[in-house]
Amino acid sequence: MRRRRLPRAGARGQGALGKGLLGIYLTALVLLPIAALLAKSSSGGTSAFWREISSPEALAAIKLTLAASAIVVVINAIFGTIIAWVLVRDDFPGKRVVNALIDLPFALPTIVAGLVLLALYGKGSPVGINVAFTRAAVGLALLFVTLPFVVRSVQPVLLELDFSMEEAAASLGARPLTVLRRIVLPSLLPAIISGVALSFARALGEFGSLVLITGNLPFKTEVGSVYIFGQIQNDSLPAAAAVSVALLVVALVVLGVLSFVSQRQSRHVL
Amino acid sequence: MRSIALGYLALLLLAPVAMIFYRTFEHGLTPVWNSVTAPNAQHAFWLSLEIVAIAVPLNTAFGVGMALLLERGRFWGKGLLGVLIDLPFAISPVVVGLALVLVYGRTGWFGNWLAGHGIQVIFSVPGMVLATAVVSLPFVARETIPVLRELGTDSEQAAETLGASAWQTFWRVTLPGIRWGVVYGVVLTTARALGEFGAVSIVSGRIEGQTQTLPLYVQDRFENFDSTGAYTAAVVLALLALATLLAMNLLTRHTRRRTPV
Amino acid sequence: MAIEVRNVGKRFGDFVALEDVSIRVGDGALTALLGPSGSGKSTLLRIIAGLEVPDSGEVVIGDQDVTHDPARTRGVGFVFQHYAPFKNMTVHDNVGFGLSVRKRPKAEIGERVAELLSLVRLDGLAERYPSQLSGGQLQRMALARALAVQPQVLLLDEPFGALDAQVRGELREWLRRLHDEIHVTTVFVTHDQEEAMEVAEQIVVMNHGRIEQAGSPRDLYESPTNEFVMSFIGPVNRIGDAFLRPHDIQILPESDGSGTEALIERVVHLGFEVRVELKLHDGRDIWAQVTREEAQQLELSEGQILSVRLPAPRVFSS
Repeated sequence: MRRRRLPRAGARGQGALGKGLLGIYLTALVLLPIAALLAKSSSGGTSAFWREISSPEALAAIKLTLAASAIVVVINAIFGTIIAWVLVRDDFPGKRVVNALIDLPFALPTIVAGLVLLALYGKGSPVGINVAFTRAAVGLALLFVTLPFVVRSVQPVLLELDFSMEEAAASLGARPLTVLRRIVLPSLLPAIISGVALSFARALGEFGSLVLITGNLPFKTEVGSVYIFGQIQNDSLPAAAAVSVALLVVALVVLGVLSFVSQRQSRHVL
Repeated sequence: MRSIALGYLALLLLAPVAMIFYRTFEHGLTPVWNSVTAPNAQHAFWLSLEIVAIAVPLNTAFGVGMALLLERGRFWGKGLLGVLIDLPFAISPVVVGLALVLVYGRTGWFGNWLAGHGIQVIFSVPGMVLATAVVSLPFVARETIPVLRELGTDSEQAAETLGASAWQTFWRVTLPGIRWGVVYGVVLTTARALGEFGAVSIVSGRIEGQTQTLPLYVQDRFENFDSTGAYTAAVVLALLALATLLAMNLLTRHTRRRTPV
Repeated sequence: MAIEVRNVGKRFGDFVALEDVSIRVGDGALTALLGPSGSGKSTLLRIIAGLEVPDSGEVVIGDQDVTHDPARTRGVGFVFQHYAPFKNMTVHDNVGFGLSVRKRPKAEIGERVAELLSLVRLDGLAERYPSQLSGGQLQRMALARALAVQPQVLLLDEPFGALDAQVRGELREWLRRLHDEIHVTTVFVTHDQEEAMEVAEQIVVMNHGRIEQAGSPRDLYESPTNEFVMSFIGPVNRIGDAFLRPHDIQILPESDGSGTEALIERVVHLGFEVRVELKLHDGRDIWAQVTREEAQQLELSEGQILSVRLPAPRVFSS
């Protein structure tokens, strides 16, 4: 009530200073830029916004981005789950190294990822495959950079999955495929979905790995982010901002659905 | 199963990465050495390091502070703040670059003010640091929050009852308790910062020998038909990525957890 | 230093943790806060320590109102339920922490730590890390750490809760003797009535955020003021609104007409104590507690009909 209130007031002062600095940093790096982006995209009103994202080239880029991302995540779901399964349930020499290398696409700069793919699957390919400047190149690059997501979200769930549940099912006469379909896959599904959603969000915005290998041909291999880049170079910032906002909204919806699903899931577990 | 998984990884991941090592060294060491010592390559390398040296400490301080605020604080809008700091992961690097230009560029919100004070952000190093910091912003907070939660508040409260100030408690009890989580976050931040391409590409203006980082240099060399130059720079970056993986693996032994994003 | 808590209230959201609680702990006393989980006893302890701020009321330590003081200036030693060791520091650095944040000279810290480690019988373990200690050793390290800053008041949250039965017994005995030696005002929280009875000089029984009764262990056992204290402090039989202790039921050698007739349904030998489950002639079930010797003398066996003398039961107006 009296005296000795100074220490607490001092601590509060420190805390307020810290919070202020955090706030300024976050505002300068995230809040203001996003606000500016939203302001630019809507500066000409809704009709201008729609005009920008429905211009033939923008629309083609957006469609390609969505389609390529959708195909890529399906492939990721299948191969990512298989890879996670092999890394958890199988045993072979060099497994630890393979496990560590799964994260390579996260660690490797995206421009290097594109170059790496071009070295093997581009012009003068030693294996005789040349996908450079084709839509297949878009898919290949996206597969490379999103590889770790499904593997890394399924792996821990598989590790925790109780073997005895499968054994119980087998002892009740279920065949291996039935066990897989009825017992294992349903338990892995939330993790697969979460990996798929993260891959999808990443694929929507991918840029660096596509620059070298796709050739950025409008109406053919030009994805959304490359289109935005082009519009910035041409100084048509409203067009760039409009497509940016469109892609951002899709990514946020996907991640929002993911967090909703995972919250429901964790409530089920509890 | 095993052959499907390993075959897929070999075709998508290992063979291409092995291939650039081969491509780099196929004409012997002399052209590689010449590429490494080219002045623009040297400049790009040091510029990349300079940007990392500024952006990573800033993001580390921010990430640890944010993690403390989100995990120990009680205030309205905490959930929203948690979403906000993860936002850079949902945004394309190109969009990050664009958004920064719209605020700090010549025609941006602060363009006039900054120009009036003789500060150039876009097309110079400050803008590149800013872009790098944004794209690698969430890592430290993300890795620190779960470790902080696991640490619990008991030992911090014990320090408080023993007379330690908030500052003493942080440095002597909290930070040592979360250090491996923070270090893991710093490794991920560094890897991302070093390799950032899209956002930096937009805000840098890509001026050779001035605002060209190592990833931008890779693209420049490739587009100028200097494939040895491009491959050499790419190999340097790939080696740094492999070192990152090694560091991550050594660290997971301390933190007992993985799944970075 | 004496502790006085006046009319303290505390809520967590909708949950009322403490309601109008007042207690007084005399200088140098050893007091237990006893109650079931959720009774508010730990919250009260944390409010005394300054780790929790009360919504209303006051906390006075010595002659100072400390209600709005932070924990670090209150001069309390707090021992956490799970000991809260600083895992990155040695035992020596853990115990010396409070002195070191006060910037005392190294030599002084070393001397004081050695003294405390021998007081808690951890000599020779100074360079170990917490992960290399047993539960009982951690407990004693936490105590030494709290005592290092010469607190005016020592507070312990479920100090023996996480230990196995044997270590628990030894530590209780030891805490009691330690208190006799250093005489610092001590308050500890427990849900174990036996522990409270054995260690404390004064017990405060809590339930649903209120104080049910405070007094010496003997007072509480012999004259509980309500049903909750009676049944929490020891075993009871309940007959309608009346309560009686099982050891107050007298089993008579022969049916001499002075008692009530009863049928023995079961005899349970628990070592020294024997539990006799009885059905009274009016159909009510009760149980009596007798010694092994009594049971042998009376030759108690199941199915036997005999006569018991019931004490005057206690009835609490509620």
